[in-house]
Amino acid sequence: MSGIPHDHYEPKTGIEKWLHSRLPVVGLLYDTLMIPTPKNLNWMWIWGIVLAFCLVLQIVTGIILVMHYTPHVDLAFASIEHIMRNVNGGWAIRYIHMNGASLFFIAVYLHIFRGLYYGSYKAPREVTWIIGMLIYLMMMGTAFLGYVLPWGQMSFWGATVITGLFGAIPFVGEAIQTWLLGGPAVDNATLNRFLSLHYLLPFVIAGLVVVHIWAFHTTGNNNPTGVEVRRNTRKEADADTLPFWPYFVIKDFFALAVVLTAFFAVVGFMPNYLGHPDNYIEANALATPAHIVPEWYFLPFYAILRAFTADVMIVQIVSWLTGGIVDAKFFGVIAMFGAIAVMALAPWLDTSSVRSGRYRPMFKWWFWLLGVDFMVLMWCGSQPAEPPYSVISLIGSAYWFGYFLVVLPLLGIFEKPLPQPETIEDDFKEHYGKSGSADATTPAE
Amino acid sequence: MRETLSVSQSEDHPSTRRDFIYYATGGVGAVAAGAAVWPLVNQMNPSADTRAASSLRVDVADVAEGTQMTVLFLGKPVFIRRRTADEIEAARAVALSELPDDVARNDNISDDASASDENRTLSNFEGENTGEWLVMQGVCTHLGCVPLGDGAGDFGGWFCPCHGSHYDTAGRIRRGPAPENLPVPTASFVEESVILLG
Amino acid sequence: MFRKLALTALTAVALSGASANAAGEGGHVENIRFSFDGPFGSFDQNQLQRGFQVYTEVCAACHGLRYVPIRSLSDEDGPGIPEDQVRAYIEQNFIEVWDDDLRDYRTAIPNDNFPENTSAGAPDLSMMAKARAGFHGPYALGINQFLFGMGGPEYITSLLTHYNGHDEEQAGATLYGNDTFPGGYISMAPPLYDGQVEYQDGSPNDVDHMAEDVAAFLMWAAEPELMARKRLGFTAVLLLGVLSVLLYLTNKRIWAPVKRAAKED
Repeated sequence: MSGIPHDHYEPKTGIEKWLHSRLPVVGLLYDTLMIPTPKNLNWMWIWGIVLAFCLVLQIVTGIILVMHYTPHVDLAFASIEHIMRNVNGGWAIRYIHMNGASLFFIAVYLHIFRGLYYGSYKAPREVTWIIGMLIYLMMMGTAFLGYVLPWGQMSFWGATVITGLFGAIPFVGEAIQTWLLGGPAVDNATLNRFLSLHYLLPFVIAGLVVVHIWAFHTTGNNNPTGVEVRRNTRKEADADTLPFWPYFVIKDFFALAVVLTAFFAVVGFMPNYLGHPDNYIEANALATPAHIVPEWYFLPFYAILRAFTADVMIVQIVSWLTGGIVDAKFFGVIAMFGAIAVMALAPWLDTSSVRSGRYRPMFKWWFWLLGVDFMVLMWCGSQPAEPPYSVISLIGSAYWFGYFLVVLPLLGIFEKPLPQPETIEDDFKEHYGKSGSADATTPAE
Repeated sequence: MRETLSVSQSEDHPSTRRDFIYYATGGVGAVAAGAAVWPLVNQMNPSADTRAASSLRVDVADVAEGTQMTVLFLGKPVFIRRRTADEIEAARAVALSELPDDVARNDNISDDASASDENRTLSNFEGENTGEWLVMQGVCTHLGCVPLGDGAGDFGGWFCPCHGSHYDTAGRIRRGPAPENLPVPTASFVEESVILLG
Repeated sequence: MFRKLALTALTAVALSGASANAAGEGGHVENIRFSFDGPFGSFDQNQLQRGFQVYTEVCAACHGLRYVPIRSLSDEDGPGIPEDQVRAYIEQNFIEVWDDDLRDYRTAIPNDNFPENTSAGAPDLSMMAKARAGFHGPYALGINQFLFGMGGPEYITSLLTHYNGHDEEQAGATLYGNDTFPGGYISMAPPLYDGQVEYQDGSPNDVDHMAEDVAAFLMWAAEPELMARKRLGFTAVLLLGVLSVLLYLTNKRIWAPVKRAAKED
């Protein structure tokens, strides 16, 4: 698959040849597993494996939970307690599924920010990036749908608020909202379709993951230098890369084991830490909790959603320009989805000729500021929508958009990049060779 | 440190140590994978509430002679009858050769025990098999209907309305399409007037 | 640099995550050192039995435990009450449940859940210890929850012991002043008074102790798997820790020739 020259599968025995000429599946697996991988990948390149593991973990535990769960407004909450109290080890499976979602998002955010820092989104990897963004959107959808299923107070009111966003769309909003809910409000029809879609989407994600991997196996991995693997001769390619197995499989497994140690510490000792106490109260359409707060992984975008209120000047301008069609509510929805859209457009917004942030002295600062911005927005999202949080949210949202729409295009023009190594081999040698001492920024092992 | 040593040393010592680490890693990895798989399998075994439902205490203090109670146990009806002296006598008078099914079908005794009346009934709390207590699953052995009781049918016991199977006062099949006697579930008196099913 | 990012991000994510709960409405809740705190904590069976007694004699008048199976009172990791005593308990307290098949109330069996109790409009207590949080922040950073736990049992204890006597008449109903309850007024009259429940083991039965005991019992009711969960956590962390070390060594071995080659060139 890869354009990098490497050993391909050669069927030897008769039966191997027989199968290979009919279905080259062993060859496909072999080529995938032995794909030449840049030698110098650092520890930020482990999140892909963690994410793959999370997807499998969530699908397996999810299939099990559905065996015991009842999607009915009168029984859903009780069936969760049945899982927690009666099903053999049900509490463990449910807590793993619950916290597995959080692990999934921690990993995906680190994965995305790694891509943003090392310029993994840039040509020729735009398709990988776009598909990754689609996966991320699907993950958000899946997580939201899944959170409704326990039918606690946060489930119910979260569903009410989020489906309400669609109601903000001009003209067709209310029709779409009713169509999503299957009625005037969140009810049994909603719960049933949410379960169906929550079960479906992970398999769509799995399909997208295959395409995601296919895409970057075609272009080859990016690496911390952003310098491409040499692929003119086999000798040069071998000097820049190592086969995925065993070098990176074992490395990734080590990282996965460390991550899972922490994960099981959370599952075992503080499984409700990332959850919300109100979701242990059964859904009640007559009583809204004092604070409706989404799960932590939605908070940055939730903050952006709430930041654009009617008293913000840009909202007023847009509202006036569109004759009131785009009101504050709809503006917020556009901003929230726009925040992800601008990220997806990064390959075309970033004008720099240099890929890796390691050789971009100005970019680094803006990038880390974006990381801080993300955390600040997350924090604001958990706070009530009132000053000073609303002001901070607005500043944070402005920077988020500014980074992608202004900073990335302009930096390519104004920034003077640092010299990059000629080859990946040089980078690796500089790091491990006689002269090079391990500098903290590029641990390849 | 180990790397520099291994260059100067003979080949086999480091390689055995290397092999050991590989095997140990693989071994522990396999243990971890196995430990992860077991809960995935075990969750499909009956849950705690289902297991707890596999035994049921039934208070029979209110069951008077000549009456019966029906309880739902493991999703199926169980007849608990306190038989009259006449019923006991009638059942005991039947010769084994007259029975279409001469096996007791009693979970509390051996599989090949004969279908004598004594082998069908339950001993009381004192351990005496007076023939007074008959406990059996109320499911016709033909196609699973619930037979009518209280002296129904030609033999004064039970009668299945679906296809006309007649059971006698010991719940044994006497006439009709049913192939077997009504099965006696695992049961025993655990108190003066409490029967434990299962 | 990225390692730093990873660490900061992980911590910050974890911290801001737990921030969610409503901040600052209720009064301050003090941490209590319950026997089940911490990674190695376990339920104190005597305390659970005392708390169960308080529940039975006081709380059960208005509150139910509809998600808790009665049989689980016999759990080794729970109150550990022998089965015959559980049956006796059902009889002595005339516990009845609605039976859908009979369309009538009948005496409960151990495999039934505790009945729900809606007579006084009081909330069900099955998950109360998980549905309330005593600790927040500071500044929604989740540090207190990390250090002390979510604080459900502490909240319950605090609520039961912080009636302040400032009662108010509102729309014909009395509201009782309470320093812990969000809003300061609760419709539940002070349920406990000193010496109310006579413990068989002679433990102190002042309001503070009874409140702690019943909070511990409710923690068990909400998280009956707590001890098994901590055992799982311990085993998993140990096993994965060993696996991590072994994989680290394997990784080092596998990469050694590659790195040596880089050095020798």
